Amino acid sequence: MGEPAIRTRRVAKYFGDFPALREVDLEVRAGSVLALLGRNGAGKTTLLRILAGLSAPSTGTVSFPAADSGDRDRQGRIGVVSHGAWIYDELTAAENLRFFAGLYGVADPGRVVAAWLARVGLERFRNSRAAEFSRGMRQRLTIARAFLHEPDILLLDEPWTALDDRAARLLSELVDQARQEGRSAVICSHQLREAFEVADEVALLHRGRLVFRGEIGASLRERPQSLYERLP
Amino acid sequence: MSRFLAHVRMVASKDLRCEFRDRQVLNASISFSLVVLLMFSFTFDPNTNVEVRSLSSGLLWVVYLFAGVLVLNRCFTRETSNDCIAALVASPLSGDALFLGKTLSSCALILAVELISLPVFGIFFDSDWLPHFGRLLPVLALGSWSFAAVGTTFGAITAKNRLRELMLPLLLFPVCLPALVACMSVTWGIFDPTAVTEIGPWLRLLIGFDIIYTLLGVLVMDAILKAG
Repeated sequence: MGEPAIRTRRVAKYFGDFPALREVDLEVRAGSVLALLGRNGAGKTTLLRILAGLSAPSTGTVSFPAADSGDRDRQGRIGVVSHGAWIYDELTAAENLRFFAGLYGVADPGRVVAAWLARVGLERFRNSRAAEFSRGMRQRLTIARAFLHEPDILLLDEPWTALDDRAARLLSELVDQARQEGRSAVICSHQLREAFEVADEVALLHRGRLVFRGEIGASLRERPQSLYERLP
Repeated sequence: MSRFLAHVRMVASKDLRCEFRDRQVLNASISFSLVVLLMFSFTFDPNTNVEVRSLSSGLLWVVYLFAGVLVLNRCFTRETSNDCIAALVASPLSGDALFLGKTLSSCALILAVELISLPVFGIFFDSDWLPHFGRLLPVLALGSWSFAAVGTTFGAITAKNRLRELMLPLLLFPVCLPALVACMSVTWGIFDPTAVTEIGPWLRLLIGFDIIYTLLGVLVMDAILKAG
C-alpha cells in the first residue's frame, strides 16, 4: 500500500483552555473518501480547517506524504468547500471562477470555467452577480470553485447544504469521480445518508477525540444513525 | 516570478473590479473629501487670511489621509464577507502577492480620490495647482502608496476586529505621520517656490518610508494571515 494522502499525528487544538481537538491520529488513503462525522462541537470543522492550512494545530503534525513539496504547492493541491461561500458577491459567476482559476494556475481558464458553469447548472447565470444568487446557486458555485483546479485532496464541510436533489446527486458524482481518479476526500456532514453513499470509511469525533474509525458496511448504510450508538 | 506578478495583478484587478461594481468606497471618500474641503474653505478663508495659503497643503493632505482611511477600511472587509480571506489563505496565493495586489488597488483608489478633489481644492483655496501638476503627481502617488502600504498591513490585522473602523485609523495615523509631514512639506514647496522648506530631504524621507513599509508588509503578511 502506498503513502497515505493525508496523515495527522497527535493533532490537538486549544482555544484558550478549551480543547477542540485532542491528539487525533488519522490517515486518509489516496483514492478514498473519508466521512468525518460527529455531533455539534465534536471538532470536525476545526480538524478540516487545520487540514486546509487555515489554522495551525496547537500540537501535533499534519502531512500530505503522497506529494509534500512545500506549503504553496500543497495549497494548490487542495480544494475546499467550507461554511463560508468563499465567493465575491460583487463579481459574476464567471468572474469568480476565473479569479480562482487564475490563482490555482488552471490552464485554459476560459474553457475550464465555461465547462464548470455548465456542469453545475449555472451556465445561464454566468454573467449574473453572485449577490443575486439563491443559497443553492451559491453552493453550486462554491462546489465549482472547489473542484475546478482538479485538486488531489478535497475537504468538504457540509457540502450538501442547500442543494436540491439534482445538485446533491451531481456532488456525489463529482466525489465519486474524484475517487476513481485516485484523488482523496474528507467530508464533514450531518447528512449521514448522503455521506455514507459516497464515503469508503468513517471517522467519528466526539469532544475532540477520535472515538471510532472503520469501513462503512451495509449495516451503517441501512441505519446511518446507528453510528452514534458508538459514542461513549 | 511571472506567477507572482500574475497573482499581484489578479488581486489588484479583482479588488478594482469589485469596487467599480458598487462604487461604495469611491462615492463615500470622494464625497467626504469634497465636504471637508468645503468646510475648511469656510473655516480658513484664504481670501481674508494670507497665512491660510501656507497651511493649505497641510489641510489638503489631512483630507487625503482621512479619505484614504475610508478606502483602506474596505480593503480587507471585502474579504471577510463570505469568508473570502480563507479562500485566499487556502489557495497558492502568497501573502506578499496578496499584500502588493491590495496595496496597488488601494493606492489607485486613493489616487483617484486625490485627483478628483484636487481641482475642487484649487477652487476653494484659490490655488493655481495646474502649472505644478507634473511635479505634484509623483508626490500624490508616493503619498498614496505610503497610506496604502501601511493601511493594507493594519487592515489585515484589524480585518476580523469588530471595532476595525475605529482601530484602523488609530493604528494608521501615528505610523503615517512622517509620510504625512513629508507630503505636506513637499506639496508646500511645490506650490510656493519661495517657501523656506527644501523639497529634496522630504522627498527622500517619503521614498524611504514607502520602501520600508512596503518591505514590512511583504514580510509580515503571511504571518498575519496565518494568525487570523
